[in-house]
Amino acid sequence: MNIFFYQHDLPLVFLATTILLLLGWQFKKLLSAWLALTLAVLAYGFYLAIFVAPADAEQGNVFRIFFYHVPSAIMALVFPYVNFVAALFYLGLRRSNPLGALKADAFALAAAEVTLVFTTICLATGILWGKAAWGIWWAWDARLTSLLLLWLLYVSYLLVRRFSSTGQTQTLAAILSVFAAVDVPIVYMSIRWWRTQHPSPVFFGGQDSGVDPSMMPAFLWNWLGWGMWGIFLIALRYGLERKRQVRAQSIAMHAIDAGLEGNAC
Amino acid sequence: MTYLRFVWLHLAKDLRLEWRSRDAINGMLFFSLLVVVLFSFAFDPTAAVSRQIAGGILWVALLFASTTALNQTWTRELRNQGLDAQRLAPAPASALLLGKTLANFLFVTVIQIILAPLFIIFYNLHALGQGWLLFLVLPLGTWALVMNGTFFAALGLRTRNRELMLPLILFPLSIPALLSMVQATTGILVGDPDPVLWIKLLAGYCIIFTVVCLLMFETVLAAE
Repeated sequence: MNIFFYQHDLPLVFLATTILLLLGWQFKKLLSAWLALTLAVLAYGFYLAIFVAPADAEQGNVFRIFFYHVPSAIMALVFPYVNFVAALFYLGLRRSNPLGALKADAFALAAAEVTLVFTTICLATGILWGKAAWGIWWAWDARLTSLLLLWLLYVSYLLVRRFSSTGQTQTLAAILSVFAAVDVPIVYMSIRWWRTQHPSPVFFGGQDSGVDPSMMPAFLWNWLGWGMWGIFLIALRYGLERKRQVRAQSIAMHAIDAGLEGNAC
Repeated sequence: MTYLRFVWLHLAKDLRLEWRSRDAINGMLFFSLLVVVLFSFAFDPTAAVSRQIAGGILWVALLFASTTALNQTWTRELRNQGLDAQRLAPAPASALLLGKTLANFLFVTVIQIILAPLFIIFYNLHALGQGWLLFLVLPLGTWALVMNGTFFAALGLRTRNRELMLPLILFPLSIPALLSMVQATTGILVGDPDPVLWIKLLAGYCIIFTVVCLLMFETVLAAE
């Protein structure tokens, strides 16, 4: 089975990459081009998922939520690592290179917010699917519970950022991010011993796992599309946070200047 | 001075403060007692049911009670700029955390020693499994709660509403510890053949988070 894109899809990917490169690397232009491309991929993914992929042998059309549930689950598990790495960069750079550390922090914040978005989508689609497939909205099972825990951890991460006084926010948030990264594997192991109802992973879950090859294009295009959407959100949020940081810096500089002038008079 | 001596000095100071005021122990004791009584009213359990739920009630009561006391241990330091003095002192920062954690650990252990007989009376308990394992689960569980709790109380010290902040950070992070404490305690009470897996997990949690807390505390104390 061809895991990657089917051959007739490949030219499209090349075309898109070329367009992006031709547009140049200006942040705003790149971002709008990226958004347009993302929307195109998502539209194509929607078309494949709803109209082209066959209905599931057991679950029928209900199964189509898979094409949205699993990509957001994967993204919800990838972006915490981005947040963790950015937090480590912040902690490492905070003394030697404070301006670089601020960039790392803006990145960590963007990744944390996007993590929360994808975790929420994954939980919501999972609840809907669970009601249709298992007959219950929610089960206190390993995968569901650990994702809920991940969601709770990142809510508390964002709350700490909200509540802490300026100047300490970044350090406290970075520390919490490290704790979250240590906690999540322990959560996962402990809850796996506790109970399990969710089916074993569809991909890389051993023999008998994996979906029918006819469903692969729909899954891969949706995965690509939602991944691009996540990257778009992070880039947008990062740009916003950088603007806020620069503005806060210039206000502080003005205040210092005014203070100095006041003393001179 | 060696590291252990620094830890001992911090511990001795906290013990002396507590001995003179007895704020933390009295507050925690009455609070956890109230939680135990409230749960008893809320569920009105029979002996068999209470064996199933007693582990959960004990740990939730202790978790709630310790959050009320943990904030106090650091607000004490804020008075008269004690914390600024600690920051300037040439002692290792982690010794301060370790001393305070040991003090809090002793306070919660005192609560447990007083609470255990009351628990047995109110819920008609006697362990069907190996009761002596409880002497392993109780200290480990207490350490898991108190270590992270003391650390995050220090972290939340600088936030705007610190009383609310501690549970918001501590509870999500403590869930694996809480799960393993409750599972181990319930396993021992109902005579489950193998609570050892949970005790191992709890021990692992304690070791990992003790190391992380001690490593990160310097950053928390110096955060500006």
